[in-house]
Amino acid sequence: MNYISRRHFIKSAGTAGFALWLGLSAKGEILKVSASVESKNFSPFIKIEPNGQITLFNIKPEMGQGTYQSIPALIAEEFEVSLDQVIIKNTGGEKEFGNGQRAGGSTSVRGSYTEMRKVGAAAKAVFLTAAATKWKVDESTCYAENGKIIHRPTGKSETYSELLEEASKIELPKEPKLKEPKDFKIIGKQAHRPDVPMKTNGSAIFGIDVQVPDMVYATVERCPVIGGTLKSFDATEALKMQGVLKVDKVERIVGIYSYIGVAVIANSYWTATQARKKLKIEWDTKGYETYNSAEYDAYLWKHADEEGMVDKNIGAIDTVKTSPQTTIDADYETPVIAHHTLEPMVCVAHVTGDKVEIWSSNQVPNLITAADDNSIPALTGFKPENVKYHNMFIGGGFGRRLYYDYIVEAINVAKLINRPVKTLWSREDATKKGPWRMMTFSRMSGTLGDDGKLLAFRHKVIGPNFHESLFKNFNKTRLDPSMVEGIGSQDYQIPNLKTSYIKTDSHIPGAAFRSVVSSTICFPHESFVDEMAYKAGKDPMDFRLSMVAPTSDTWKLLSKLKELSNWEKTLGKNKGRGVAQWKFFGCQLGYVVEVTHDPVKGSVKIDKVTALIDLGIVVNPDNVKNQVEGAVIMSISAATKPGITFKNGVVEQNNFYDNPVPRINETPIIEVHILADGGRMKGVGEPGVPPFAPALANAIFAATGKRFRRMPFDLKNVSK
Amino acid sequence: MISLNVNRKIYQVDADPNMPLLWVIRDIIGLTGTKFGCGVAQCGACVVHLNGEAVRSCVTKVSRAEGQQVTTIEGLSADNNHPAQVAWNEENVPQCGYCHSGQIMSAAVLLRENPDPSDEDIDAAMAGNICRCGTYQRIRKAIHLASEIQKKGGAK
Repeated sequence: MNYISRRHFIKSAGTAGFALWLGLSAKGEILKVSASVESKNFSPFIKIEPNGQITLFNIKPEMGQGTYQSIPALIAEEFEVSLDQVIIKNTGGEKEFGNGQRAGGSTSVRGSYTEMRKVGAAAKAVFLTAAATKWKVDESTCYAENGKIIHRPTGKSETYSELLEEASKIELPKEPKLKEPKDFKIIGKQAHRPDVPMKTNGSAIFGIDVQVPDMVYATVERCPVIGGTLKSFDATEALKMQGVLKVDKVERIVGIYSYIGVAVIANSYWTATQARKKLKIEWDTKGYETYNSAEYDAYLWKHADEEGMVDKNIGAIDTVKTSPQTTIDADYETPVIAHHTLEPMVCVAHVTGDKVEIWSSNQVPNLITAADDNSIPALTGFKPENVKYHNMFIGGGFGRRLYYDYIVEAINVAKLINRPVKTLWSREDATKKGPWRMMTFSRMSGTLGDDGKLLAFRHKVIGPNFHESLFKNFNKTRLDPSMVEGIGSQDYQIPNLKTSYIKTDSHIPGAAFRSVVSSTICFPHESFVDEMAYKAGKDPMDFRLSMVAPTSDTWKLLSKLKELSNWEKTLGKNKGRGVAQWKFFGCQLGYVVEVTHDPVKGSVKIDKVTALIDLGIVVNPDNVKNQVEGAVIMSISAATKPGITFKNGVVEQNNFYDNPVPRINETPIIEVHILADGGRMKGVGEPGVPPFAPALANAIFAATGKRFRRMPFDLKNVSK
Repeated sequence: MISLNVNRKIYQVDADPNMPLLWVIRDIIGLTGTKFGCGVAQCGACVVHLNGEAVRSCVTKVSRAEGQQVTTIEGLSADNNHPAQVAWNEENVPQCGYCHSGQIMSAAVLLRENPDPSDEDIDAAMAGNICRCGTYQRIRKAIHLASEIQKKGGAK
């Protein structure tokens, strides 16, 4: 099992004799505790036992982004152990491990980089002093390697575990010396992720795989119309089925919304799903059954002329003279989409009296056990200290598992029966019940100056705010910077720039999606820059380069990308190339996409993608490449596959057959390059999403003359 | 009682004959490497071998597997050393990893039927397996590598 329960934790500490725990205090000081870790406000990251066992604790949930390797690697690098000789354990929101137990915002590695290395370095320093003291030699003649301290002149060595007793007496250095990057053995090197073997032989335990003795299974029928409420249900037929144990209503809470469904608990998941079909339920859908996507879209455009809440307002955009020769106005649209993590939402919960034990896969274990009003204990009526959580490997997060609506619901199911229950969503449940990545629309306007550069650029974002659906105390009167992320802060030097957001009302539960609002608003922004480049009669790459300072991140990124993508090399007939980049929450990535147009079929094929990600410092280069390769596929999905639409309040799509995601035969050649010149450290997981759609749209325009301003782009039907 | 041979071990299971093999394997026998992704034979996360052929266990009634040889990811090799598994590790294919039991089970059949597949062959054979993390380029690469390993007589 790749999690630790608190029970196991204390027991193993108690029996381990001189086990040594090293970690950080709540204030960020490095601490060590011998033998037991009863101390509160202390996050242990290293445990060393007399039998030689070294355990490194990973506080960043592993959802495919590679933290099961990259976080322990930071400790191991400085501690001079290899990841092959340690056990890695994912933590599950235990108080001891603090608030950092969450994965989101592409922050895991950059947020832990110095902290985790310091923990490793301090531990190494302790063992160096311990060995020198024990051997009565000068510490400077000792060094650490492979979990041992070695005395250079004699070659004498002892393992960390052999030095435990001495080490427990040594004070920790406050500011341990960190290694020089040139001496790194793990960071920045080709490495195998230790979770990969478990993921190729079926032994990795995801949330869905948890098995607890005496466990039963549940499925929940929820109102087909989003917002509808339960009037009544008749479970007579369902309860007649052999194996059905209980049917009752349960509450699921998604942000500010409470939904009541009907849970069927049975001795097998299959039986529960069969019985679910026999439920007779009356829903009250009044006021919600008239919701239609087409009408909502029209409502968004109706508001597009409003000023909205202003983000950036540089220069005096309203005084800029427009003309048909120099000005373009354009409207862009993106759809609502489902995350479609391949592991459906799932949670095992066991309620015993006033306590609950939970097993699930979630991106924010710190919130599962937190004491605030929005967290699991408050939402389900348990005291925080009575909530025990185990976080498993996550079968895809992409922002969907930043929310724990499915955990709240599963706990409520477990309250109905005195046994552990696994509540599992079907694919249809995931498609039809949200929360979803919401749409944004954009109204763009641009004017060129006499120099052929952008003189004025206006980007208005129109749409619902997912934060409003998540937080009760949401402030409607203030601009939420998330909704204009990046559009006012690219490196382009534009004398007159105005960005704003027009918030529309919605009753649909919204969610973050990988790269959050940049996943929709980069597309109009970087497509429209392209439109303006063509208007100016300029090469889109050079147009961009001409508007950024040579000292800027974007100049560095694009000039390198220009070279890597052979931008200046002429492509063959019916081929086209497009570029786009995006700088947002401390990340930056640029793409060049190449496509071929088949004028007979009217279709477009994506041939090749060249990516350049700026990281400053890279921990696991191969994993970075894997992340960007994956982001390309996820972006092909978001840009070219139909989204979620509502008819009479009901989601029209069901499963992968009518809400498809890309398959292997749609995969272009993807070449990922990394810029790691030691600058500011940047994130990895999300920057691959935003600039892909505009780079593709720009390539399609280059090849065909067809400008896609509305997702999804139908690659099979690209007629002007 | 239904008699099942899973990974060369006989199990007597008490299950509705209409229950999909997937749930018998996961919830009754307790082998959880085979995954649930869609329930309608769209994603391939549940692929197992039935007498050596890849089937979607989410739509295969357990009665159809009675007395037949079922192989799951746990039984594909003795020590994670089927050429596909070795190649998957070598190329660091998985991200979240959820789909890869099914991917590897599909790839194993492809490699047996077509020991030297082209990219097009791979795309055709593997298009039934969704990877939401998007590791498709690595899957292609790993299958080519597995083919090489297989030609040299399997994993060392």
